[in-house]
Amino acid sequence: MKEKLEASDPTPESKTEATVTDSGVDVSRRAVLKSAAALAGVAGTQAITGFPLIWAQDIKNIELRHVGVSYSVVKAIGDQASKDLGFKVTMQNLDTSAAINRFVTQPNTVDIADVEGWQAKLATKRGVLQGIEVKKIKEFENILPIFTKGEFSGKVVSRQGISPYEAMYISKPDATELHEGVTPWATFLPQVYNADSMGYRPDLIKKEITEWKELINPAYKGKAAILDVPAIGIMDAALCFESAGEIKYANKGNMTKSEIDFTINRLIELKKQGQFRATWTTFDQSVQLMAAGEVIIQSMWSPAVAAVRVKGMPCIYAPVNIKNGKEGYRGWCNGMALMKHLSGKKLDAAYEYLNWYLSGWQGGFVARYGYYSPVPSTAKKFLTANEWDYWYEGKPATAEILDPYGVPMEKPGAKRDGGSFIERVTNISCWNTLMDEAQYMNKRWNDFKAA
Amino acid sequence: MTTGITDTISTGASSEGVPVETAFAKKGASSSAGRSGGMAWLYVSPLVLILIPFFIAPIFVVVVASFLENDGFGGMLPHFTLANYASVFSAELTLRLYASTVKFAVLTWAGTLIIGFWIAYFLVFHVRNQLLAIGLFLLCTVPFWTSNIIRMISWIPLLGKNGLVNSILISAGIIHQPLEFLLFSDFAVVVAYVHQLTIFMIVPIFNAMSRIDKRTVEAALDAGASRFEIMRYIIVPLSKNGIALGSIFVLSIVMGDFFVVKVMSGGGSASIVSALFEDIAVLQYPPAAASAVVLLIVVVTMIALILRTVDVRKEIAR
Repeated sequence: MKEKLEASDPTPESKTEATVTDSGVDVSRRAVLKSAAALAGVAGTQAITGFPLIWAQDIKNIELRHVGVSYSVVKAIGDQASKDLGFKVTMQNLDTSAAINRFVTQPNTVDIADVEGWQAKLATKRGVLQGIEVKKIKEFENILPIFTKGEFSGKVVSRQGISPYEAMYISKPDATELHEGVTPWATFLPQVYNADSMGYRPDLIKKEITEWKELINPAYKGKAAILDVPAIGIMDAALCFESAGEIKYANKGNMTKSEIDFTINRLIELKKQGQFRATWTTFDQSVQLMAAGEVIIQSMWSPAVAAVRVKGMPCIYAPVNIKNGKEGYRGWCNGMALMKHLSGKKLDAAYEYLNWYLSGWQGGFVARYGYYSPVPSTAKKFLTANEWDYWYEGKPATAEILDPYGVPMEKPGAKRDGGSFIERVTNISCWNTLMDEAQYMNKRWNDFKAA
Repeated sequence: MTTGITDTISTGASSEGVPVETAFAKKGASSSAGRSGGMAWLYVSPLVLILIPFFIAPIFVVVVASFLENDGFGGMLPHFTLANYASVFSAELTLRLYASTVKFAVLTWAGTLIIGFWIAYFLVFHVRNQLLAIGLFLLCTVPFWTSNIIRMISWIPLLGKNGLVNSILISAGIIHQPLEFLLFSDFAVVVAYVHQLTIFMIVPIFNAMSRIDKRTVEAALDAGASRFEIMRYIIVPLSKNGIALGSIFVLSIVMGDFFVVKVMSGGGSASIVSALFEDIAVLQYPPAAASAVVLLIVVVTMIALILRTVDVRKEIAR
């Protein structure tokens, strides 16, 4: 199976050529020249993929610190990378806000920063990153065009919020402003992503939930919860109010002051009516709320729903496909960024690490808890046919589904909520964000909290 | 001034023929003043060496940051502005945050004071065997061998909708619907705080009470005082210092905390620090710094007021 897939892949060289020239066309003549150089670079990179012994000796003492949130920066992945690459990769976990604060205030204590699109934008502004030379990334042309071109199978991907594509490019390696359109320099390299929605208890809610407005349905008063991370919690709320037909946002991911006011005022009203049992900030809190029976519907992440089910409690991840210009998932994507201080051998090692990351092992690993790899073609090599069909195709499992650590998760016949991977990602209607009015929004969110 | 004092000391010490008593008196009087000399600086230097890098410098940075402009992307522009303070003082939110935080602080203070006072009283006046008293006192510290967070989180399965308390009450037929106010409410926040902080009341009050001369109580009894009068005229006034010290611990901890509020209120309440934490999460440093400075001033004022009622130096020197 594995060999067959590899054989069916087009040769990397021919594909590289196509993409690099593609991107060159719409940038400038200079970029075309650069891409010619890029080709030479690719040839060079390929020559060293065998990790010659000399290299292996040189890099043995290198240690890379990959820092980010726990669901994206996973120790098991770092351990495997260290084993495969011959140098040490250390994974360090911080919560979202501690992570961005560290990247910005102590950039030299981090080698690879794990950032979301909006964090990539912030970190770029602060000048703590260096551009990733796209031509050095072997699988770059196989990364889904959702990220690299902002489109998927010919359709433009939503630009509400800060889409990965929007945050992805800069015009030169030390630029501090994002660049609209494809360039040879990336701010971050997408590595894991998903589409967030709601979770609910099918034994207590006797109907199928496919719309966000159910979260604010008075029928579930005192049994609903919402995410309490201001920047994304407000988007979940916006999806609810839009779904209920109360308002139409120009851009849910970058609201105007009056849109923020409307959203927060409605949240305060709902809070006073007792709609929300609680709010949650961490993965575990959301699992606990649901598993302990405190709430029966809440905004939730896909693996958290799975975690509730592992505890023996029925829980469904609501498929909120876009309908009539409403609904849709809130997408997020974490990627790896190179810190500015990396140079010489350490920088080479970092590029090797990025290339390893997209080569499939990690994609297979994260698939087993419901997240996706930006390069599904390599992840597929590390999944069984049953796993691929279950996680990516949305087909019923033909055998027991195990989590990344080998613990049984789903029985044969189980089907993933939300359908196939393509159905999910094409129904993303907004992305995690940091609004221009972030300061005002935060203040208003605190109003909601203190109300 | 320094020289003046040194002169006094040297004259005091060197002048012969001065009666011994006067020499002693002079030494006694001038010794505290004399510490501000070179030797005194040497004495305080370890403390100063710790305080400057770990206390003075960070606060200085925060104060400076609070007057800077914010570029919205985590950058601070070196332009002096009062806008951060203006927005802190003009927002209704500030008032509500202080109201909610002060409410938690006062309720927690009352809870810890009542429980802490009676535990200390029991240990000092009712446990005759001093060894046993100290043993029981140490027992009070056992829960503190584990982390604050674990002690707080262990309340959740107890107070939840399907938690222990609700299930017991329902199965006993006392209630028919689970009591929702038990968890994710202000009640839950105060319970967790009281659980966490009572020890900070017990220790100083225990300390103050064990210094009360038991013969005073006996004398009062012999003179016909009632239990209430003994409490009111002897125990409470003599434990005042301990109560004040305990109050400082409890109030300053609650005022500066946000995690308990966040978890136990289920995110339903906010505190001053939780609000400024949200600012830091998106790198809005100057507004966060301004509200930190305001909070610092408020807490320092609070503690200063408490200290007016008690002479801590006397308490420690005793």
